[in-house]
Amino acid sequence: MPISSQNELQTRRSAAEKSFRSARRRVMICAGTGCVANGALEVYDELLKAITDAGLPVIVELNSHDDKKKPKAHDYLAKSGCHGFCQIGPLLHIMPDDILYCRVKTRDVAEIVAETLTKGAVIEKLLYKDPNSKERRKGRADIPFYAGQTRIALKRCGEIDPESLNAYLADGGFAALEKALFEMTPEKVVKEVEDSGIRGRGGAGFPAGRKWRTCIEAAGDVRYVICNGDEGDPGAFMDRSIMEGDPYAVLEGLMLTAYAVGAKQGYIYVRHEYPLAVQRLTKAIAVLHTEGLLGKNILGSGFDFDIQINRGGGAFVCGESTALMRSIEGKVGEPRAKYVRSVVRGLFDKPTVLNNVETLVCIPGIVKDGGKTFKKIGTKNSSGTKAFSLVGKVKNTGLVEVPMGTSLRKIIFELGGGIIKDRPFKAVQTGGPSGGCLPSSKLDLAVDFDSLTAAGSMMGSGGMIVMDDRTCMVDVARYFIEFLVGESCGKCNPCREGLKQMLAILTRICKGNGVPEDIARIERLCDTLENASLCALGKSAANPVRSTLQYFKDEYEAHINEKRCPGGVCRELIRFDITDKCIGCTACAKQCPTAAITGERKKLHVIDQEKCIRCGSCVTACPSDAIDIT
Amino acid sequence: MRMIIDGRVVTAEKGRTILEVARENGFDIPSLCYHAGVESWGGCRLCLVEISKTSRPDRSELVVSCIYEAEDGLSIKTASPKVIEARRDVLEMLMARAPESAVVRELGYKYGIIETAYVKRENADKCIMCGICTRVCEVMGPAAITLAGRGGERVVTPPYGEAEDCIGCLACAQSCPTGAIEFSETPDERSIWGRTFKRMRCKLCNAPMLPKEQVNFVANKSGLSPLYFEVCDSCRKKQSAKTFARLVS
Repeated sequence: MPISSQNELQTRRSAAEKSFRSARRRVMICAGTGCVANGALEVYDELLKAITDAGLPVIVELNSHDDKKKPKAHDYLAKSGCHGFCQIGPLLHIMPDDILYCRVKTRDVAEIVAETLTKGAVIEKLLYKDPNSKERRKGRADIPFYAGQTRIALKRCGEIDPESLNAYLADGGFAALEKALFEMTPEKVVKEVEDSGIRGRGGAGFPAGRKWRTCIEAAGDVRYVICNGDEGDPGAFMDRSIMEGDPYAVLEGLMLTAYAVGAKQGYIYVRHEYPLAVQRLTKAIAVLHTEGLLGKNILGSGFDFDIQINRGGGAFVCGESTALMRSIEGKVGEPRAKYVRSVVRGLFDKPTVLNNVETLVCIPGIVKDGGKTFKKIGTKNSSGTKAFSLVGKVKNTGLVEVPMGTSLRKIIFELGGGIIKDRPFKAVQTGGPSGGCLPSSKLDLAVDFDSLTAAGSMMGSGGMIVMDDRTCMVDVARYFIEFLVGESCGKCNPCREGLKQMLAILTRICKGNGVPEDIARIERLCDTLENASLCALGKSAANPVRSTLQYFKDEYEAHINEKRCPGGVCRELIRFDITDKCIGCTACAKQCPTAAITGERKKLHVIDQEKCIRCGSCVTACPSDAIDIT
Repeated sequence: MRMIIDGRVVTAEKGRTILEVARENGFDIPSLCYHAGVESWGGCRLCLVEISKTSRPDRSELVVSCIYEAEDGLSIKTASPKVIEARRDVLEMLMARAPESAVVRELGYKYGIIETAYVKRENADKCIMCGICTRVCEVMGPAAITLAGRGGERVVTPPYGEAEDCIGCLACAQSCPTGAIEFSETPDERSIWGRTFKRMRCKLCNAPMLPKEQVNFVANKSGLSPLYFEVCDSCRKKQSAKTFARLVS
C-alpha cells in the first residue's frame, strides 16, 4: 500500500519508531565498501546464524505496521553504512551499550554471541586500542576519533540500515519533506536554507540559498535539480559514504531542493566506480516509487517529482558543473566556456540547481530544525560542519566530521591521534589535487572555506592528507600535477599544454636536473593557469605548486642548487646509510633485493652504494630506525 | 549600448560578442579557435581581454572575447599587461605543441617570442586542438570526426578510427587554421581520414564534381533530387539562362 497522505506517513513512521525502540540491543555491522572488502558480509551471515542457533530473539528489519501487541524482548541486527573508521574494520557497533568491536572476523562471532549478546559482557581483545596510550577503549564515546566529531552530514552513516525505508523513517526520515509540503511554501524553504548560511560542500563554497534564489528568479518554467555525486578527489570518500550509508536522506534533500525551486525532475550523477552507492540509490528510488514518495502527487500534496540516476565514467573534470551537465545531456563531458551561470542556463539550457551530496544531505535537517539552528554551528561565514577524509601519515585515518572553525591541530593530533611513529609533522594537504599544502605554522588555523583560501589552499571536497618529515614537497606537487595532467579534458590550451610543461619542469627538478630559472618558469605557468584557463580545474591547478613554493621554497632550492632532496624521497638525489643505531639484526640485508647490504649478525651493517637501487626496503625493514637518508 | 575598448567608445548591439564588436571597430585581437561559421568554443584562450564593469570599476577579470557578450558600460582592455602576458605564455606553449605550424610561429613572433622555452612535443603535427574541424563537421551534418581522449592525449579522429560517416567534403581541412589535416584532391578522387572518395563528373561538360557520398548527404538533407547534382554549377546556370532566354523571346 503506497503512502498517499501525511496521515499515512505518520502512522508508518510511528510503527517503525516503535519497532526500533522495542529492540533491546541494536547490533550494527558496517557494510560500507571498506568493511565489505574486509569480510563484513560474511561476519553478518555468520552472526545471524549464530544468534538464531543460540535461540536469541532477533529481527533484521523494522516493522512497517504496528500490530498493537507488546513486542517480546529481542535484538535488532542490521547492516549499516560506513562508520568512517575503515582502518580498523570490519566494525561492529552495539547500541545502546556503545560497544565498538574492531577487525571483527567470522571466528569472533561465536564469542560475541556467547559473551556480549547473551551475557552483556565486553570482549576486551576486540576493542579499539588507543595508538598512544595503548589502552583499550570500549565505545565511541571513549575514542577521540569519534568523540571529537559533530556529525550532521554523516549523522546516520553507520547508525541505520541504509537499505531500509523503515529505518530511515524511524530516525525522523521524511519529516522535513512532510513539513515542507504541508506547512511551508517553497519560498519559506528557500528562506530557511538562506538563513542556514550553508555553503556548497563540493568545493567552491557558494552559498546554497543564493544559488536556489537565482534559479527561482531565472526565466522559464522548466527547472532541474542535480545531485553531484561525482566525487573525484583521490582519497576523498565522504560523498560515497553518505550515498551508501544514508541514501534516503540524499533523496529527501534533493526532493526539498526541487520543491523549493519548482523542479519536477532531478538527476543524481554518480561515478561508475561507486557500484554500491549506485545500487543503494537505485534501490531507494525504486522503494520510494512503490511507496508513493516519488512520482505524481507525492503524499497527496500536489507535488510531482522524479529522480534519475546517471552514471559517470570516472572523469575528474565531470565533477565540474558544466561538464557534468553536458555528460548528462549525452555529450562529451567537458566544461563549457560560459559567462551565464548554469543556475540560469544549465542542463538542457534550463535553470538548474546543482548541489553536492554532502550539501544536500544537510538540507532535511535545516528545513526541519530551521536554518538558524544550523547557523549556530561553525564560523560566521562558514556555518555547519564539514566532513574530511583524514588520510596519510596519521595514526587514525578515516572520515571525520567537525564543526567549521575546528583547528587543523585538533583534527590531526586529537582525532587523528598524531603522526605515525611520532615523526615530525611537515604539511597537510587539503582540498584534493587542486588544493594546497599547509606547513606546521598553520596548524592552529581554524578551518573554514575562507581561512583555507586565505592560507593558499582550499576546502575543496574535504580531502586532508597528512605528511611527515619524510615527504618531499616538490614530489608532492609533481604528483598532483601528474594527476591533473591525466584528468585535464584537453579543451583549453593553458590547462592541456601548461600542465604538461609544469610536469616536465617538476620532474626534472626531482631528478636533479633543475636549473635556477625553473622557479620563475613555474611561477609564470601558475599565473597563466590561474588567469587564462577555461574552468575551475585549470584555474586551481596551480594551487599545489603555488602553495609548496610559498611554504617550502627551500626544498625546491635544495633540489635545484644542491641536488639534494631534504625529504629523502627523490631517488636520484638520495643515498641510504646505516648508522650506529644498527643492532645487527640482518632484517635489512634479508629485504634488500640487490644484496647491497652486508654485515655480520649483531654487528653494524653496510650498504654498497654501487649496488643500492634506493628502493627503501631497508628503511621499512629496520626495527631500530638506523637507516639514514640524505 | 556603449562600451569602451582601449579608451575608445564604441556602440554595440545586444547579443554580439566582444570579439565581433572589437574586430568591426578595427581592434586587433588574435584567435585560433574562433570561426564565424560555428559556435564559439573558447578553447585557445588567445582572444582573452581584460574587462571591468561600471558597478565594480576596481575589479577586473580576464574573459574570452569570443564568448563574452557585449554589455552596456563595459570597459575592455585588449592589450593590458595581464592580457599580453597570458597570451604570450599560451603562444609559447602552442609553439612547443606545434613547432612546425607557420601560423602559430608568426603569431608568436608578433608577441616577441623567437624560440619557445618549453619542451617541444615529440613527433609533433600541426594540430593545435582548436576543435574547429569537429565543430564544422557537426554543423555540416555528418559529425564524422570527434575529439577523443583527454588532456595531452587528446586527438582529432573519426570514432574508433573508422571514418564511415565522412562524406569527403573537406570542410574540416579547409577550415583548419594551421593546415594540420592531411588530404589530397585530384579530378578523380578526394582522400581524407583514411578514405578515398570517387568524384562524380558533370553529365554535360565532364567537369569533376563532388563525391557521390556528399551529393547523397546534401540531397537527403536539402530534399533536392540527386538528379539536380548530376550537372555542374556552371552547366546548370547555362541551362537556366537558355531556358530563361527561350521564355522571354
